[in-house]
Amino acid sequence: MGYVLKKSIDIFNVKLSKRENSHSGLYGQRKYKLLKSLLQSISRYNQVTIVYSSTSRKGMVNISTAIEMIPQLTRGLAVTISVLIASAFIAYIVAFIAGLSKISKSILLRKFTGVYVEVFRGTSLIVQLFWLYYAIPMLFNIQLGSNWWIGVIAIGLNYGSYMSEVVRGSILAVDKGQIEASIALNMTRYQRMRLVILPQAIRMMIPDFGNYTIQIMKATSLVSLIGMRDILYYGDIMRSSNLSQAPLIYVVVLLMYFILALPFVWLTRKGESIAKKGVASQ
Amino acid sequence: MNNGWKWENFFEAFPLILKGLGATVGLTFACFAFALIFGFVWIFLKHIPNKPFVWTVDWIMIFIYSTPPLVQLFFIYYALPMIPVIGVTLNPFICAVLGIGIHYSTYISEIYRSGIESVDKGQWEASKALNFSAFDKWRKIILPQAIPPTIPMLGNYLIIMFKEVPLASTVGVAGILTIANSYGALHFAYLEPLTIVGIIFLTLSYPASILIKKLEVKMNTRFDKNTIIAKPNKKVHKKMNFERSDHIV
Amino acid sequence: MSEQSVKDIEKINTLNTEQIVKYRNVTKSFGDFHVLKGINLDIYSGEKVAIIGPSGSGKTTIIRMLMTLEEPTSGDIIVDGKNLWKMKRNGTSIPANEKHISELRGNIGMVFQHFNLFPHMTILENCMVAPIHVKKEDKKEVQERSIQMLERVGLGNKLNFYPSQLSGGQKQRVAMARALVMRPKIMLFDEVTSALDPELVGEVLEVIRDIAHNDDMAMILVTHEMDFALDVADKVLFLDQGVIIEQGTASEVLEHSKNERVQAFLRRFRKI
Repeated sequence: MGYVLKKSIDIFNVKLSKRENSHSGLYGQRKYKLLKSLLQSISRYNQVTIVYSSTSRKGMVNISTAIEMIPQLTRGLAVTISVLIASAFIAYIVAFIAGLSKISKSILLRKFTGVYVEVFRGTSLIVQLFWLYYAIPMLFNIQLGSNWWIGVIAIGLNYGSYMSEVVRGSILAVDKGQIEASIALNMTRYQRMRLVILPQAIRMMIPDFGNYTIQIMKATSLVSLIGMRDILYYGDIMRSSNLSQAPLIYVVVLLMYFILALPFVWLTRKGESIAKKGVASQ
Repeated sequence: MNNGWKWENFFEAFPLILKGLGATVGLTFACFAFALIFGFVWIFLKHIPNKPFVWTVDWIMIFIYSTPPLVQLFFIYYALPMIPVIGVTLNPFICAVLGIGIHYSTYISEIYRSGIESVDKGQWEASKALNFSAFDKWRKIILPQAIPPTIPMLGNYLIIMFKEVPLASTVGVAGILTIANSYGALHFAYLEPLTIVGIIFLTLSYPASILIKKLEVKMNTRFDKNTIIAKPNKKVHKKMNFERSDHIV
Repeated sequence: MSEQSVKDIEKINTLNTEQIVKYRNVTKSFGDFHVLKGINLDIYSGEKVAIIGPSGSGKTTIIRMLMTLEEPTSGDIIVDGKNLWKMKRNGTSIPANEKHISELRGNIGMVFQHFNLFPHMTILENCMVAPIHVKKEDKKEVQERSIQMLERVGLGNKLNFYPSQLSGGQKQRVAMARALVMRPKIMLFDEVTSALDPELVGEVLEVIRDIAHNDDMAMILVTHEMDFALDVADKVLFLDQGVIIEQGTASEVLEHSKNERVQAFLRRFRKI
């Protein structure tokens, strides 16, 4: 059964790669229109695989093939990186706004932020992504702009809710003596926050922010499911036209993601030593 | 186009989607169990006294940790059967358990590590002094102390994995999200079924996270018992400070 | 009357008679725990007051309320003729707002037991941050004054050091310079030597002694250093269980007290 389904998805991808439809993706509406013609095309699919299998022996690892793949896959790099930067940016900003709201004096603001955080943490990112992609246009009869924006907003809001807890926790972890000293120096609430608390809290946040940025980077791969042409999308296209090379293709895709993650792995480790310096914590 | 919210869709889709909940929850526990076990494998590998080997294991873990689980899932599903000699075709359910389980085992193993590191140094020395075998040392002294304090953290990961499991629908494992999507495609009404999925996730994970927070507090008091007895004022003082601190900033 | 107490009385007589701080029936409770039970206290401008007493007697709370770190449960604290925690609007007394408090708080500086230096700033920046941002003073002038002040406490050669690079005694001296740069009329010292290693206590007390003898601000010291209190304080208060049970000149309280509880406390201290 799984085998048939796998083939059906492959077929689907072959068709998509030819059609270059912007409203595509594994969950695209066209999938179900294609299902009818699925069985008829399986025979043709088999011929296709036989052709490819004869040209390259099953799973033979070939360095030159791998190098040839890279330029093809880098076409998706722009989308992956732009989604990463934009959604990380949104996540950081949302995290600060929500984190500060959660410790504000206003009960209304605290409750409102609490609901936002619980809803986005309590439901899955992939569900939120589909919800924005399919449900929002149906509910309000509007388009949220491009798929790029849908991906960025979903990832940004989701991780913003998680990271708001980091912001809140770090601010509360700054030693109470620091607040007392700034009161004794007659600073206003705003000055206390800007000059004393935030500079120390941000140092504490760095390792966690690095970690969450890795999570965001991983989450960008989900945008391929709503038809964005990121690294994984091109990887899938290549795999569907040349199944025998799948191991090599996915290893190269994974390596590309890994290289993107490395600066943040470094930041997370380095951040831990930064966090220890220049902070008076409890 | 079908615009706006329709209650008839909601009530039609709800029982259908609920039927998939068993599969989603089942897959969650399967992935979690696998990650729990595989987490120990990492710990075991990292305790082999060979530096280059441990270094390699370390980087393999970082690699798995920092690359998308979706790609790892595709690798197991599409690529594994194509690898010569060891290549096998697995059914999608097993693929999902392997893919999500291995990915999260790196997180779980970090939790184990923090638990093990929190065991007092004296305990290691004591087990040496009592001449325990390596196996007994771990089984009778270290792990019984290291693992219980990590239970709330492990619980958090159970919730996180529950929310990650819908990824499995991309390789054809049915669950609540798969059903919602099929319903949406058939009736061209995605709004209601996807909202139902969101509600189901929220109603299960939110109470669970509250439960785990409570467990965490309970665990903390249990494992800090000695310090509380030694310094009775410290905790009261801390609590007072914390209550004030929420608004002083 | 001893020669010392005659000298003390003369000293008080020469002081400015204007009261800069007044406590009137001030109480403070945390839940069911009554820390202070009706404090009445006058502090004249330029006066040096030491507060002593067993731990938990509420000494620190007295000065924390003046620094607006705690709000009194009842009673009034008058600073410079104005009620610190209450203000008048349309003829009725209402809780003070941030602006009112901040206006009066500008008269007061405080040095803490645990220094509370800002770890992300150099010691020079620690001294400069408040005058520049709070008092909006000229940066150059503030820098000059801060350097002078740090030289006065003996740290002129460490301007660009971070607090983590200093010893406890040095940190506490920076904390004093930081408070002094703000030119307060009242300085509060909250057990400033309690967190220090014994060999570092001397250098900190030396600075306070210098301030006490040369500056004309009022000082309130919560301290366990009895000999030091005897040396610098014009007035000593003995606090026990939230009540001032004795006050007078340093020698009256520390050397000639008739009160049993004061004597018992001082005996315990002398033994150590």
